[in-house]
Amino acid sequence: MTDATFGLPLANEDSGLPAKTKPRGYWQTVGRRLRHDYVTLFFLGLIALIVVAAIFAPAIAPLDPNKSSMAYRLKPIGFKNFLLGTDELGRDMLSRLIYGGRMSLMMGLVPVALATGIGGFLGLVAGFCGGWVNALIMRLMDVFYAFPSVLLAVAISGTMGGGIANGLLALTLVFIPPLCRVSEAATTQIRSRDFVEAARASGASALSIILAHVLRNVLAPVLIYASSLISVSILLAAGLSFLGLGVEPPTADWGLMLSTLRQSIYIQPAVCALPGVAIFLTSLSFNLVSDGLRQAMDIRA
Amino acid sequence: MTGKDSMAGDAATPSLAAVPPGDPRDRGGKAQPILTVEHLQKYFPIHGGVLNRKLAEVKAVDDVSFAVVKGETLGVVGESGCGKSTLARLLMCLIPRDAGGIVFDGDPIGGPHGLSLRELRRNMQIVFQDSDASLNPRLPIVESIAYGARVHGMATNAARRLARELLQRVGLRPELFGARYPHELSGGQKQRVNIARALALNPRLLILDEAVSALDKSVSAQVLNLLRYLKRHFNLTYIFISHDLNVVQYISDRVLVMYLGQIVEIAPVDEIYARPKHPYTRALLDSRLAVDPLDRVTTAPLSGDPPNPINPPSGCRFRTRCAFAEEICATLAPRLGDASDRAAHLAACHMADPQSGHRRAGEMMSPTAPERGTKAAAARA
Repeated sequence: MTDATFGLPLANEDSGLPAKTKPRGYWQTVGRRLRHDYVTLFFLGLIALIVVAAIFAPAIAPLDPNKSSMAYRLKPIGFKNFLLGTDELGRDMLSRLIYGGRMSLMMGLVPVALATGIGGFLGLVAGFCGGWVNALIMRLMDVFYAFPSVLLAVAISGTMGGGIANGLLALTLVFIPPLCRVSEAATTQIRSRDFVEAARASGASALSIILAHVLRNVLAPVLIYASSLISVSILLAAGLSFLGLGVEPPTADWGLMLSTLRQSIYIQPAVCALPGVAIFLTSLSFNLVSDGLRQAMDIRA
Repeated sequence: MTGKDSMAGDAATPSLAAVPPGDPRDRGGKAQPILTVEHLQKYFPIHGGVLNRKLAEVKAVDDVSFAVVKGETLGVVGESGCGKSTLARLLMCLIPRDAGGIVFDGDPIGGPHGLSLRELRRNMQIVFQDSDASLNPRLPIVESIAYGARVHGMATNAARRLARELLQRVGLRPELFGARYPHELSGGQKQRVNIARALALNPRLLILDEAVSALDKSVSAQVLNLLRYLKRHFNLTYIFISHDLNVVQYISDRVLVMYLGQIVEIAPVDEIYARPKHPYTRALLDSRLAVDPLDRVTTAPLSGDPPNPINPPSGCRFRTRCAFAEEICATLAPRLGDASDRAAHLAACHMADPQSGHRRAGEMMSPTAPERGTKAAAARA
């Protein structure tokens, strides 16, 4: 490559920089940054633990979570072979907490995932099309925004009746508007940048521009925001169960457990607090991981 | 030429070989302008009030006609807000025009028999001022350059190969820079990438919208030299939009001066810099900063802000700031004349037209007096 300068000096021979032969992709860079963030890694591990426990609940749980016993009601932590005590019907708390994690994680992840897909797509369309399409979609979202999210979730599952499916639906509907807004804001901002104009000037179709240029810029803020909603979703789901609108009674669920155990708070306070501790730890983990993720993904600060 | 240059592809594939003097893409011959603009007009509506009614219009580009000769560099100058960038976007058809026609090498753009937008955009490309915003922050620069070629049907690998060669061509070593992201590059390097991106479609006409204005002087000079080299090599025609009169003087063959959405003067570069006809052009030239401190501008050549383009003055739009304004200037708008003659020196001013009725009509306006440099020389003596 000695003849490569075409008579022009190569203006940018910064010798200090090593030649990069392979591009380090965006996600590779994010991964590298996460490796040094020990707090995020710790809580990521905690989430992994909870997920593994939830998936392999039948193998891990020491006892049957639904087997009640009149003799062993409301026993303290460490009583005989009940590692975390028993609830008001004499069921093993540890097993119920492990099984309840399944429900809580599902309630945390599924509505957020669905809402990210639907809300993100709507926001992308609204932001890219602009004009009356934007007005239509965003005003529709504003209607949902008029109600506080807890109230909205309660109202939706209240009118449709309890049950897991209705609970998931209610939470999904609650999360669509905020995700749509984040996606719309990011898209609008990206659309006005010159590189989108330059892509249009090269004759690219709208679909091609969205896929090649807009989507990958919008994805990061939407994913970061979505990850912060997981803990909200877990809490809301617990709230719905607490009110009797989510999971039906025999099933183990942290919110429902908290609800039924609250009458026994003076008898066994430590045991009654356990589902709350589980909810707290899980949502805290998701929150902190979301924070770490935001920092790692925000490469061009 | 080097070995790399011998890999010329078929006509459909952009190749990096130097474009021969008899450009095979040339349809109408050397005499036919590459771009003809006729009565181009763009008014931006201002909405507001109850029910978002249209309250007024900003006359951003108003009845603009000119022709760009093949192989030339046409400089476009004017104050900010005079419609330079709107003109660039209109020419690229990035925003729809309200009226007027654009003809590219004999083919009208749009219409049933005209050139399609896609075809136009293969032949005409644009480089924007903001080199950073013009590059996708999430794409390695090779991908950014290759994107346009892929849009026009080039295979991914061929497009990447082309992108690397273009990087080399604009003075960035592909093995060092190709995989980088825009935030790892300096402003000048980014603008080189943008130029490479624009060249990836093998265009014939390149619009440079303040392409070097955001760069510092030394980098800007490097990029200007690069542009000169590329123009020769790829047989390009430039429309060079800038507010920097020195840069325009350096790179242009002809200069077009805009004021409030209209052309006030158009002439070959030496002619317009030596003998500006329009008072506005004179004021612009006088406002340049002198290199010699003894030669500095002591009185403001022009006072006040440009009038509101929503409601421009009647007659001549410059008359509110013109020292020679008379009654006729308020009633009759001066005409530029036939802009198709490439060597003509045209000014939209009543003083340039002997039959206008202006008291100074036909008077040869003195060159920017006193001549630059003489004052300093006299002071030094």
